[in-house]
Amino acid sequence: MELLAFGKTGWGDELFYATLMTIAVSITAMLVGFFFALIFTPLKLSKYKTLNLVGNFYTTVIRGVPELLVIYLFFFGGSGAIMYVASIFGYYEYIEINAFITGSMAIGIISGAYSTEVFRGAIQSIDKGQFEAAKVLGINKFGQFYKIILPQMLRLAIPNLSNVWQITLKDTSLISVTGLVEIMRQSYIAAGSTRDPLFFYSFAAVLYLLLTYVSMKLINKLEIRYSRGY
Amino acid sequence: MDFDLMITSLPKLLGATLVTLKLLSASLFFGLFLGLFFAILRLNKNIFINKFAYGYSYIFRGTPLLVQIFIIYFGLGQIEYLRTTFLWVILKEPYWCAIIAFTLNTGAYTSEILRSAFQTIKPGIIEAGKSLGISNKVIFYKIQIPIAIRQSLPAYGNEIILMMKGTSLASTVTLMDLTGVAKYIISTTFKPIEVFIVAGGIYLFMTFIIHNVIKYLEKKYSFQQ
Repeated sequence: MELLAFGKTGWGDELFYATLMTIAVSITAMLVGFFFALIFTPLKLSKYKTLNLVGNFYTTVIRGVPELLVIYLFFFGGSGAIMYVASIFGYYEYIEINAFITGSMAIGIISGAYSTEVFRGAIQSIDKGQFEAAKVLGINKFGQFYKIILPQMLRLAIPNLSNVWQITLKDTSLISVTGLVEIMRQSYIAAGSTRDPLFFYSFAAVLYLLLTYVSMKLINKLEIRYSRGY
Repeated sequence: MDFDLMITSLPKLLGATLVTLKLLSASLFFGLFLGLFFAILRLNKNIFINKFAYGYSYIFRGTPLLVQIFIIYFGLGQIEYLRTTFLWVILKEPYWCAIIAFTLNTGAYTSEILRSAFQTIKPGIIEAGKSLGISNKVIFYKIQIPIAIRQSLPAYGNEIILMMKGTSLASTVTLMDLTGVAKYIISTTFKPIEVFIVAGGIYLFMTFIIHNVIKYLEKKYSFQQ
């Protein structure tokens, strides 16, 4: 137990901050994912074949390629791509991107592909009459989406989004390969310096279980809130 | 775009694909049996057996696969007693450690898939079997299992694809699978995009094949309800 003490003698505080880092990366990645879903869901539902193709390309590629490979692409290719863009604007210095940004972008793009599928499914399962009724009442496009479709869609999407959240949370463990100090990386460091990998990796597993357990409880509450009236 | 690199790295990556396929098929094979075993335990009425099976699937579905591999590969070697037994022959090989971790992981997901498939079987079908005087054992093997397999095909197809992506984690325990070799080529040439296109293309091709095989099986074993 003294291995987990806070302060200089133990790894308690380090692992505590690492857990906070995991939560931070997961939330950022989830939000980045929502942003991508916001772009690609309309593309997948569009009437135009070309736009459909772009949307399908995104979700198929990301969901068919291992997460680790995507992370390596971002890790090794990220700063190169940014420097290339910067060179167009006449900036030729070396740019290094922070591991947090690379990591949450990579995981965000992955979780975005899953969120896109969830939103597409949710929108498609809303009764067509709802769209027509909104149109007939003369509500503008913006109001149609935010006041009528979105609230109904969220109720259908939340159970599946909770799955996406679980996947995202577990995927953050892969960012440890880029050196960002989250639970997995911190356990690796602790295991290396104390020569006690069994204890620290098991403890990491317990931390992840705790995170998934708590987030499930919170999401269940959200689910009840959004299914009022059903 | 460096097309020469793409062409020269293709044979290396294809060779590594073999490792990925070996890992995938071995872990799916063992995982299916493990999953079936735990699904049967889940259906047991004894609360302790039931809770045990639930705990297994909860733990393996609630933690990242990476943690599971690390515990098995780095962690288990720490136990002195294990080093003296015959198990050490298996546990010192990263290849077998990866297969054990993948098997336990896919077993947990498979047990959930099969359990829900067993539970959606209409009671009328089992009752019909009973009223025809068929023994419980035969009902289970000849009626429940075939229906459950058919019911769980779509979900199991997804699980196969997830597992195929999961095998990429073998590269973290020094195995040179498709992702491992891709990472090696990227870190020596610093051409991530080209390598990503080739390696990603191979993964997508495998996903495409698995997807279509499952679709074919679903069609073949579909029955009128």
